[in-house]
Amino acid sequence: MSPPLLEIEDLHASAGGEEILHGIDLVVRAGEVHAVMGPNGSGKSTLAGVLAGKPSVEVTRGKVSYLGRNLLELAPEERAREGIFLAFQYPVEIPGVSNMYFLKAALNAGRKHRGQEELDAIDFLALVREKMKLMQIDDKMMNRSINEGFSGGEKKRNEVLQMTVLEPRLAILDETDSGLDIDALRIVSDGVNALRSPARAMIVITHYQRLLDYIVPDFVHVLAGGRILKSGGKELALELEEKGYAWIEGGAGR
Amino acid sequence: MAFLDPRQHYGDRFERFERTGGASDPVWLKALRKDAFARFAALGFPTTKQEEWRYTSVLPIAERAFELASDGTAGLSRDDVEHCSFPVYACSLFVFVNGRFAPRLSAPRALSGSPSVESLASVLECAPERVEQDLARLAPFDDSSFVALNTAFLHDGAVVRVPDGLTVEAPIHVVYLSLPGADPLVSYPRTLIRVGRGSRVTVIEDYVSFGAGVCFTNAVSEVRLEPNAQLDLVRLQREGELALHVSTVHVEQERDTRFTGHGLSLGGALVRNDIAVRLAGEGTECTLDGLYIASRQELVDNHTLIDHARPHGTSRELYKGILSGGARGVFHGRIVVREGAGKTDARQTNKNLLLSRDAEVDSKPQLEIAADDVKCSHGSTIGQLDEASLFYLQARGIDAPSARRLLMRAFASEVTSRIRQEPLRDEVEEILLERLAREEARVL
Repeated sequence: MSPPLLEIEDLHASAGGEEILHGIDLVVRAGEVHAVMGPNGSGKSTLAGVLAGKPSVEVTRGKVSYLGRNLLELAPEERAREGIFLAFQYPVEIPGVSNMYFLKAALNAGRKHRGQEELDAIDFLALVREKMKLMQIDDKMMNRSINEGFSGGEKKRNEVLQMTVLEPRLAILDETDSGLDIDALRIVSDGVNALRSPARAMIVITHYQRLLDYIVPDFVHVLAGGRILKSGGKELALELEEKGYAWIEGGAGR
Repeated sequence: MAFLDPRQHYGDRFERFERTGGASDPVWLKALRKDAFARFAALGFPTTKQEEWRYTSVLPIAERAFELASDGTAGLSRDDVEHCSFPVYACSLFVFVNGRFAPRLSAPRALSGSPSVESLASVLECAPERVEQDLARLAPFDDSSFVALNTAFLHDGAVVRVPDGLTVEAPIHVVYLSLPGADPLVSYPRTLIRVGRGSRVTVIEDYVSFGAGVCFTNAVSEVRLEPNAQLDLVRLQREGELALHVSTVHVEQERDTRFTGHGLSLGGALVRNDIAVRLAGEGTECTLDGLYIASRQELVDNHTLIDHARPHGTSRELYKGILSGGARGVFHGRIVVREGAGKTDARQTNKNLLLSRDAEVDSKPQLEIAADDVKCSHGSTIGQLDEASLFYLQARGIDAPSARRLLMRAFASEVTSRIRQEPLRDEVEEILLERLAREEARVL
């Protein structure tokens, strides 16, 4: 078995002065896709926030190691450059900074960090064009300000576009499927699946089983009340869909 | 600092100036200067007890014994000027050093036969009657000490004339350069701009300094747009942290004219800009933008007045400020809609970014509406850099200082992106980036 890419041990975390995560353990290895499912308020986004280094989330106990290093010591930008990518549940709109400029800056920050040459505008465009096509994002959208005036689906496609360009080692998708119609879901899933590789791992956080028809996970974890109550293979998602979260929360699943 | 009586100090300097500088000037000009000085002597410098100066103490100006600079361009080269002026933008360049025209440093190009740019001093010497109708017509000094003082000592500045029916593509770039001396120096640049019927032009008033030292610039500009004319006026104030800068601009818009003013203030010990635009004819459009950046103990005060005097006027005003350290910003935006100025459409916005706990801004809109059937709105915001946006940028690998700078630039770009000429816009954004990089160095 390959060494763990990510190892979470007894993770407790608070947001807004309240403990949300009450002890999470999770091991993710390269090549694996983990789905984390759970009802609203179960702590899914807090978990994503911990991994990406969101300042408003405070880790109160436990350890998170990434590639053998203490992840919690790294600033958000260092994590990103080391290959962690969070697709935001609610991507931010930033008027005055174009998507194109931003994505190029992001890519070059990572390349510089890895000792690679930075891409100029022409090479960058060549690289991003192909992926834009896959995500059905045109030049006009790319030249607009970051997410400004984008529909919900456009924002999510933009997140996945960024992901395919930045080629992370560990991608965390935080409810990327929420609010998408079936066509958009298909586009987003194609983008994500194009990135699947033995060198890469993904944590797919979702509320709905539907996404997992498109992005088929290796493992499914059920998060409720700040704890992982049950873990299993992809069939767990189907069972969950059938019986509802109450089945787990009621203790029947233990 | 020793006690200084401004009336006596400037009285002495005025007497000397009258005797030496303007001895051969026409009678009307001598009378104008005398009246203006008498007005200054009566008014004195404003105090914070006056509403218009409530937030801005001019003591740093009033307490210092400023001297008129003599001609001192000897040590300056074109390279020096280009160094502190636009780096590459090629346009007609007119350089004034400490308020006096420096032909040796100027590069008037491609202006043959069309618009004329002259030094006010040479016009006053050769054909003063040509400016008699314009001087002190738009900028009254009855209630302004600084305009009174500028008028009393007026001797040079740029006179820009665009004849009727002319489109001038390359901007006219006027540089007012402050060169500090052994004494604290004052200059009184006076700019006259007249854009003829149906003509279009871009003028840049660029206030810069070379070398460190205290300089006081007391600038007055009088701008007239004749029917159907269009003027883009870009005013850049970037004289450095010791600068004391007071500017007064009066714009008169005749019917169907389009005026766009972009004012960039990049900081100084005391910067005060007064701009008053009178929509004096029907169907005029006025866009008035401002961007102010101040750090440490700097103070930037913008007072604007948009005066809708006639119907069917449209005005759009956007002022934005970035303040850090212990800096203070003031925005006072007055919009007047006079009786009979129906169908006026006026919108004013002021947004401020405070980067530190000690930074401060006073934002005061003032709408006075005496006409029916008008649309007027104003809004003012004060905020910090958005944490969620910062995190989003960082989560993509952009380091915190760059992310902050990017957000500051994005904030400012709402103003700079409205500069129509692309090369000029790029230059201004370049200047801005440089300034924000300095800002960032201070924040950390």
